Amino acid sequence: MRFSVLVETRLHDGIADPEGATIERSLPALGFEGVSGVRVGKCFRFALDAPDAERAEAEVRDMCARFLTNPVIESATVTVEQVAEGGATGTANGAGQPVGTGEEQA
Amino acid sequence: MAARVGVVVFPGSNCEHDVVEGVGAAGGEGRLLWHGDRSLGDVDAVVLPGGFAHGDYLRPGAIARFSPIMEAIVAFAEAGGPVVGICNGFQVLTESGLLPGALQRNAGLKFLCRPTTVRVEASGTALTRDVAPGTTLRIPINHFSGNYTCDEATLAELRADERIVFRYVDNPNGSTDSIAGICSAGRNVVGLMPHPERASHALLGSTDGLVLLRSLLVAAGALAA
Repeated sequence: MRFSVLVETRLHDGIADPEGATIERSLPALGFEGVSGVRVGKCFRFALDAPDAERAEAEVRDMCARFLTNPVIESATVTVEQVAEGGATGTANGAGQPVGTGEEQA
Repeated sequence: MAARVGVVVFPGSNCEHDVVEGVGAAGGEGRLLWHGDRSLGDVDAVVLPGGFAHGDYLRPGAIARFSPIMEAIVAFAEAGGPVVGICNGFQVLTESGLLPGALQRNAGLKFLCRPTTVRVEASGTALTRDVAPGTTLRIPINHFSGNYTCDEATLAELRADERIVFRYVDNPNGSTDSIAGICSAGRNVVGLMPHPERASHALLGSTDGLVLLRSLLVAAGALAA
């Protein structure tokens, strides 16, 4: 089975985010008022072949814990979606259902 | 015989020759080690130099920690061998778990390249064997991600065990507790953001780094003996 994976990493709550703070301070200069709590993260998209959704998600969580995030400062949200036979996820006929999403607090 | 210090070259390292030069100025013999090798040879100490190992892709140090030579370095460190990470090398040591905490982007998002004054806070480490706490040293920094951070429990442990080796006198990058360098529980692994090798000759504007490099050679010699 092939899965489409989305991993979104971000800094733990309480960890200072110098990049987010700089962006937040810059927005009013462009006329965007009322923005607060800017946090900057990364996202990774990739395809993964795995026997089933559960194992796909376990594999991605392991990747997050050992490589994609630094667990000292970052956590990740993992979304795993099965790719429909011969097609991409999220097509007009509704193929490709999200089969797992969750927080990784490695 | 001069103590042999292995200086690891990752793709993107750029301070390895400076470290070899600095080790030589301190009376030792620096030799380059390739990150793809699995053996350290017969070196008595290891330095992970500054630079941008593997382009700093993903996070500084995140990919370097999987370089083949890192297994030998972890084993060497666990056996008590002196291992020092300077700047990017410090980032590699935190990513590889040899030192706790992490180095984030500098507060203010500026790349900082300038002399700083650091205070030695702990002696008896691979870099500060006989350097008295309270000694101040003028040593340059050169980094974008030198903002040391760790959780409260780790910070309490570092303080209690006197493992904060260096603090900035004027915190330039937002580091927790002004931390510029720390050591492992065994005190043989030391990571610091300032570059002692860039303060190892009068022509460079300071020779304050030599006392640290000499300490490393003594630590290396103790292992060799």
